[in-house]
Formats: sequence, structure tokens, C-alpha cells
Amino acid sequence: MSEQIIEKIETLEKKRDREKKEKEHVKTSVVLKVFRANRSAGENPHFDSIEVPVQRWTTVLDALLHAKQYKDSSIGIRYSCRMASCGSCGMKINGIPRLACYTKVSELEGSTITVEPLANFPHLRDLVTDFTQFFAHHKEMKPYVRNDDSDMKQTDSLTEYVQSPEDLDRFLQFSYCIKCGLCYSACPTVATDTKFPGPQALSQAYRYFSDNRDTATKERMDIVDDKHGIWRCHFAGSCSSVCPKGVDPALGIQLLRGHLLGFSRNEKKIAEKQERLKRD
Amino acid sequence: MEKLSDRNNREGIKGWLNPSRYGWERVSYWLQRLTGVGLLAYFVAHIFETSSLTQGPDAWAAMLELTQTPLGHLILLLVIGMSTFHSVNGIRLIFTQGGKGLGNPGRPDYPYDAVSLNYRQKSGIWIALILAGVAMLYGASVLFGGE
Repeated sequence: MSEQIIEKIETLEKKRDREKKEKEHVKTSVVLKVFRANRSAGENPHFDSIEVPVQRWTTVLDALLHAKQYKDSSIGIRYSCRMASCGSCGMKINGIPRLACYTKVSELEGSTITVEPLANFPHLRDLVTDFTQFFAHHKEMKPYVRNDDSDMKQTDSLTEYVQSPEDLDRFLQFSYCIKCGLCYSACPTVATDTKFPGPQALSQAYRYFSDNRDTATKERMDIVDDKHGIWRCHFAGSCSSVCPKGVDPALGIQLLRGHLLGFSRNEKKIAEKQERLKRD
Repeated sequence: MEKLSDRNNREGIKGWLNPSRYGWERVSYWLQRLTGVGLLAYFVAHIFETSSLTQGPDAWAAMLELTQTPLGHLILLLVIGMSTFHSVNGIRLIFTQGGKGLGNPGRPDYPYDAVSLNYRQKSGIWIALILAGVAMLYGASVLFGGE
């Protein structure tokens, strides 16, 4: 009986694998609908349709570069590493913010792929957007470890900051942010409030807040505790669903708000108290 | 020369119009806002309705008659659904926005499923939707069922 069930499951799995492979092999070419506009030159926005050959492993960036190399060299794209490390090639692919180098053509449904510049960023040309405001929000959060007791001032008595693996786990995932701006583009609050720092900046505020080497908690809390700050997030979760690096900005924002509301344990305060008790 | 702000490219409210792009949490966000606005409109209409009492029993009876029509019943049904969803989902959001029920930060592994978009959250949204549906069904049986 059990052998029959296992056999049935194996047959079903083989069938599913076959169907998946067949589906992936179906596309030999796709039509790229590329958003084109050079607004500073007075050009009206329009879409250009370009047919490009694809293989199973072709990414949207590969397809765009093929179009740029062989069909229309004037397409404006920003890219660099081609391996989801630099965060340069963020764009809306079929309406959803994604990294072009991290999105395979075979993952997308249909034989037409629409590529547009990231929403919520000022548009420069074709698929290129301006990140000035985005980086300004990031900078506003003081994205570096500040420690007032730093012994770097007394170099003769240098010691290392000791962190346990548990301490590291509290902030590690938030430090994987590559600042690609996909979360900022997907956020419905950023879409309507230009002063809202956005999921990237707020999750970085949490990253440094939860780092036990950092002592600038109050300063950062004063920045995020604003009417255009953390309270404008309503947990739509879109930032986390589009993040290509598993940063999960929505988690960081809610945990930070939990601390502001007094819902969560403040690990730093507990550690400070324990340290004080030890000294006394 | 065109100003940068003119091509800001903000999605604005039209960015909310297609909630299905990003999953259940975005649908919940959209419904919570929509039901909130709907309930505010009902609240204003309700104040207007009850204020007719100040003009005497006849005015109040005339106003009540308006709600006893099929359209009035449909609006009340919508209000039942909206208030149930908004309350149940709102309770979920109170905990969620305080960082509860989301899971803990950890080391992300490919394919990087976000821990905050977990099944506890999704179940909360589904329960709110189911309860709103049940409340509307009960409301319909009372309003349209007759004696």
C-alpha cells in the first residue's frame, strides 16, 4: 500500500518536473516593451517594442543588453555587477519592482515583458531614475555605528567590541541591504508622502538601533518619531515582498515601532542595567 | 528646462488601485483603508440620520423609512461587512505594528522568504475576511429573511 503511494507521488513529481521543463523551454524569444522618455529634452513618454532571442537562463538585464547591443543602442539603463550585489538595475518589470539581473525571463508569464523605471523616484531617462532623495533619507538615519564610549580616543588602551552570534543575528539581515530602492518603489506610503523616509531608511534605523555597539538610540528615535516618520507605515508588507536580499524591511520597522510603543524588550537598556548592577 | 519635481514619478493614490501585485498584506492594507473611509462616510450619514430626531417624530419616521428599502438594506449589509473586517483586521494590526507575531530577525537564506509575511499574518487576514462574510450572511438573513 505504502509502496503504491510512494510510486504515485514519484510519478506526479516526474510529471510536474516535465511540465516545468516544457514550460521553461517554450520561450525562444520575447518582446520587450521598454519605457522610453528623455523628458529634459522634451521627449514624450512612450513604449518601444523590441523582440529579443532568449534562452532558459536569460535574465531581463541580459535581454535588455541584447536589445541595446543589436537593436537600439540609445536605451538608457543603469547596471553594474549583474549579480544582485550592487542594486543598480532596479526597474518595474511587468508592474512589480525587481532587479533586472535577478529576474529570469523564464520566470515571467507571457511572451511580452514590460519594463519601466522605478515608481516613486524622479525619472531621468528611459529606465534610469534619480536616487538623490532616497540616499538623503538613508543618510538622515545616521547609518553608522556611533559609540560615545569609544576607546578609539584613547588608542593606548584599545579593546575590541565583543559581540556574540546572538547579538549579530539581531541586525545581520538588515545589514544585507544593497540600497536598490525596490522597497521604496513598492511602498504605498512613499507613493503619497514625499517626506516619509521609506522602508529602506527605517529598517536601517532599526539595524543600528539593534546593534549593541551603537549608543545613538535616542538621536535616531527622535528622527523616526515624527508625523512623517515611522507612524506612517501601515504594514502593507510590499517592501518585504519585493526585497531581493531577504532584508525584510517591514519586520525591522514593526520591531522598531514596538520599541517606541514599549511593546518590546529593550535589549540595550537591559544590558546597561545588568552592567550597572555588576559594577555596583 | 523641466523641474525635477514635475517628473517625480510618484505613484500617488493610483498606486493603491492594484493591491493584488504584492500579496495578501497589500490587499489587507487596501481593504483596511477602503473600509475605514467607508465607515467614516457611514458615521457622517448616521449622525445626519439621527439628527432628524430633533425635527420631531415624523421626520425621524421618514428617515427610518429610507433605510427600510432594498438599497438601504444593501448599504447596511456593506456597513456590517466593513465594520467586521475593519475591527478584526485592526486588532491584528495593533499587535503586528507593535512587532508582535512577526517572528525574529535571523540569517536570511535563499529564496529569502520574508518572516514578517508569515502564515500567522495571512491567517489573520483570511479570518477577518471570513468573519466579515459570515457577518454579512447573518445580516442578509435578518434584513432580507423577513418574519
